[in-house]
Amino acid sequence: MATITCNQTCRYCDTGLPGNSRQLVTHWRSAGSLRAPGRQSAGGPQAVGNGVENVRLVDRVSSKKAVLGTLYLTATHVIFVENVPDARKETWILHSQISTIEKQATTATGCPLLIRCKNFQIIQLIIPQERDCHDVYISLTRLARPVKYEELYCFSFNPKLDKEEREQGWMLIDLSEEYKRMGLPNNYWQLSDVNRDYKVCDSYPTELYVPKSATAHIIVGSSKFRSRRRFPALSYYYKDNHASICRSSQPLSGFSARCLEDEQMLQAIRKANPGSDFIYVVDTRPKLNAMANRAAGKGYENEDNYSNIKFQFIGIENIHVMRNSLQKMLEVCELKSPSMSDFLWGLENSGWLRHIKAIMDAGIFIAKAVSEEGASVLVHCSDGWDRTAQVCSVASLLLDPHYRTLKGFMVLIEKDWISFGHKFNHRYGNLDGDPKEISPVIDQFIECVWQLMEQFPCAFEFNERFLIHIQHHIYSCQFGNFLCNSQKERQELK
Amino acid sequence: MEFAELIKTPRVDNVVLHRPFYPAVEGTLCLTGHHLILSSRQDNTEELWLLHSNIDAIDKRFVGSLGTIIIKCKDFRIIQLDIPGMEECLNIASSIEALSTLDSVTLMYPFFYRPMFEVIEDGWHSFLPEQEFELYSSATSDWRLSYVNKEFAVCPSYPPIVIVPKSIDDEALRKVATFRHGGRFPVLSYYHKKNGMVIMRSGQPLTGTNGRRCKEDEKLINATLRAGKRGYIIDTRSLNVAQQARAKGGGFEQEAHYPQWRRIHKSIERYHILQDSLIKLVEACNDQTHNMDRWLSKLEASNWLTHVKEILTTACLAAQCIDREGASVLIHGAEGTDSTLQAASLAQIILEPRSRTVRGFEALIEREWLQAGHPFQQRCAQSAYCSSKQKWEAPVFLLFLDCVWQILRQFPCSFEFNEHFLIMLFEHAYASQFGTFLGNNESERCKLKLQQKTMSLWSWVNRPSELSKFANPLFEANNLVIWPSVAPQSLQLWEGIFLRWNRSSKYVDEAYEEMVNIIEYNRELQAKVNILRRQLAELETEDGLRESP
Repeated sequence: MATITCNQTCRYCDTGLPGNSRQLVTHWRSAGSLRAPGRQSAGGPQAVGNGVENVRLVDRVSSKKAVLGTLYLTATHVIFVENVPDARKETWILHSQISTIEKQATTATGCPLLIRCKNFQIIQLIIPQERDCHDVYISLTRLARPVKYEELYCFSFNPKLDKEEREQGWMLIDLSEEYKRMGLPNNYWQLSDVNRDYKVCDSYPTELYVPKSATAHIIVGSSKFRSRRRFPALSYYYKDNHASICRSSQPLSGFSARCLEDEQMLQAIRKANPGSDFIYVVDTRPKLNAMANRAAGKGYENEDNYSNIKFQFIGIENIHVMRNSLQKMLEVCELKSPSMSDFLWGLENSGWLRHIKAIMDAGIFIAKAVSEEGASVLVHCSDGWDRTAQVCSVASLLLDPHYRTLKGFMVLIEKDWISFGHKFNHRYGNLDGDPKEISPVIDQFIECVWQLMEQFPCAFEFNERFLIHIQHHIYSCQFGNFLCNSQKERQELK
Repeated sequence: MEFAELIKTPRVDNVVLHRPFYPAVEGTLCLTGHHLILSSRQDNTEELWLLHSNIDAIDKRFVGSLGTIIIKCKDFRIIQLDIPGMEECLNIASSIEALSTLDSVTLMYPFFYRPMFEVIEDGWHSFLPEQEFELYSSATSDWRLSYVNKEFAVCPSYPPIVIVPKSIDDEALRKVATFRHGGRFPVLSYYHKKNGMVIMRSGQPLTGTNGRRCKEDEKLINATLRAGKRGYIIDTRSLNVAQQARAKGGGFEQEAHYPQWRRIHKSIERYHILQDSLIKLVEACNDQTHNMDRWLSKLEASNWLTHVKEILTTACLAAQCIDREGASVLIHGAEGTDSTLQAASLAQIILEPRSRTVRGFEALIEREWLQAGHPFQQRCAQSAYCSSKQKWEAPVFLLFLDCVWQILRQFPCSFEFNEHFLIMLFEHAYASQFGTFLGNNESERCKLKLQQKTMSLWSWVNRPSELSKFANPLFEANNLVIWPSVAPQSLQLWEGIFLRWNRSSKYVDEAYEEMVNIIEYNRELQAKVNILRRQLAELETEDGLRESP
């Protein structure tokens, strides 16, 4: 029985075996299925290290090649240690990164196990004993689908930082500082405490900027006319010409309903920008989808009811279309020696780049409206937490160089995604949940940023690696940042 | 013939020029024998000098008396001239048409061009076969220079001097030449010093339907094999095409007669298939209206990247035979002047570090393309906008450059030159003031007396002031074989060529400048560190000396 001696670390965690090993054992046991190899020496911390021997890791380029090694499962990682004596190369995979596990038909050489990761890595292992393979499969299936937040890696991840340093990390990004940087509050915009204790909208943050002329009465009234009470609030203020980007969810207009307070709210946004006598209302959904929503009592703004708005559809598809598109694209990437036509046809057929373009087009439209026409823009989709987040953050990134710095980019994610209630937990499947809620929404935003970096290589302080790290950690659950669905949930979780 | 006869209207005022990335400019249009010139006569800044030979096609339109000529260039640029007056416009258009399609090579600009720069090194003598052979002769004595083709009598498309196995005499070469297409008997293309394996290239064997054989041919290529070793014949045509070639007297090496050789068929396209592919690709790149799906499907339908992939795959196969299998290779297609040269020269880029340097790459072009008889004049007569569609026009050389660019992109530090060097070669292959790419082979170039009457491209390029533009700042000599990926995911559209006139490269150029600056700054600091280190060492020894007594 081999004992784990890890001399390397996980590429991303930057730490050796995480947590204290005794705790790991309990997790291990509670996960409770890897019987065969662990049993003989169960009890001590040593048991953690007992892995499955003579496992082969198939080379990702040539399926004919493979390296022999030992497979270990810990409470947080799958670790594969190569047998090559000098190098003992290690492959670490975080359980929370595991997207799917597939047990394939046993062959003469053993039982193949295919692990697909959320960062698109694919690991193929061949385990000699069918029974071992089944055990690993069962264990991983359970470990990759935690049901409670407390099971996640970030609660056991223990970097060598003291409490103070840890708290400093959380203080690093301060949104009130960010609003100050934009030049707020000022004569037109003020901080509103209407959502204190999440009274009005539980998926919004408590601190929100709204037009000065919007009274609490107007806000509350407007919120009642908006899906999930996500009323129009400020996302970005463009100092140079007072134009702003606001965001909300769709109005509950149905076929004919209207709401005076909501109309007043939009008026207030327009008045907060003395430079323009109209505002754009951008519905990021395809028109057909928005119209279908009317039947359910939701829908979009009627230009006749709202004075001085210019209404615009920008067809970005919904999360289900995006999920399927990603699936198709991954299938293209997995093709074994495709021809050029297979690849290009598959890429096109996946629609992935079409969707990326749609998001960027929307961002460009808004950025132009703000900077060139000096008009404020209200953006929404259905609930205003997926497409709206994508589009607002792309537009902000185009308008403001600050968001292209390392710190600024983190602030941008904090502002448009984390604080405005993007449902990280549901979209990225951190906890076991409805697979229909999963969708690569922020992945698409990250790709948009990458596309911009390709076109403007000198405009960004960070590089591609930074984006890849962020993408990894959105799924890794190693840090608390991207947990939960809203600020409210996060606070309850502490 | 006088050019003046072709120029009906030499000068028109108030012409408006529209071109990519510049604001429209009004000025005077002049036609000379070789150039179309537009001058705004303001500070001498806004000037256009366009070689007539760079013009691929023109369109004309009229709105009232205002005529518009749209000029489509062989480098894919499209410019527009608004010319007041219908007669002037028609005259200009017909003059351009006549001047850009001159029949006689000796009327081309290189015969009239007088260089304004000082020639440091005459490019016509930069890459002599004797010198190239010397590079090998230190490593092997199995090969010799043969002058059998001195008068171009044995093979009209070969140079006067070729490298052949030492054990084969000129008489045998003459016999082999009658057995190979176009007299292109197998010659040495590349010698791999690491293990002594070679790449040879030739035309197809003329076996015909009744399976003709030629003992000398078998002897020649067997002479390159070590005892008990097998070699590979890479036929750049599919088996089907090769079989069909037999009906026309061509064919392929039969196993029975070449038992020590294994034949592998690849399928590299030629002629109009490539030209059509280029036309479709450039059309797709110029179409500004399409959405994402149309773009990808048009890119796919052009098949351009499929051709790139196929050529690279064949080159990798040849390189693999040499370096991994330790076996010699003979490459041919039908004539041995197109796909054969693509595969053989790209294999050398992969295998031979020298061919990734500026001099080495120039030598490769000289040896494997110009002297090897790639018919540049026929292939590059027209480009992507032409509708005449002659059978012999094909972007074979551009595809080769594209493949080099793909490798360069995958190994950004392994090449001494940058992308601009490749773009420059593309431009000069299609329209140039230099004589280098004129003619279809050495025999024609000799008859045209190019060496005496025109300037060589290399004379211009190899001056330090020009070379600095083409230097890759990231270059670090890499003595290894480099294996490019040929997976579709790894191949990209060469934006520097195909989107050059549609998309501003401003920000990418800025990044490039920034990178050059960083590297230079780093170099300066390194030098400073070295000086300080030396000083420190000196001070320490002085101290030591002072303390010791």
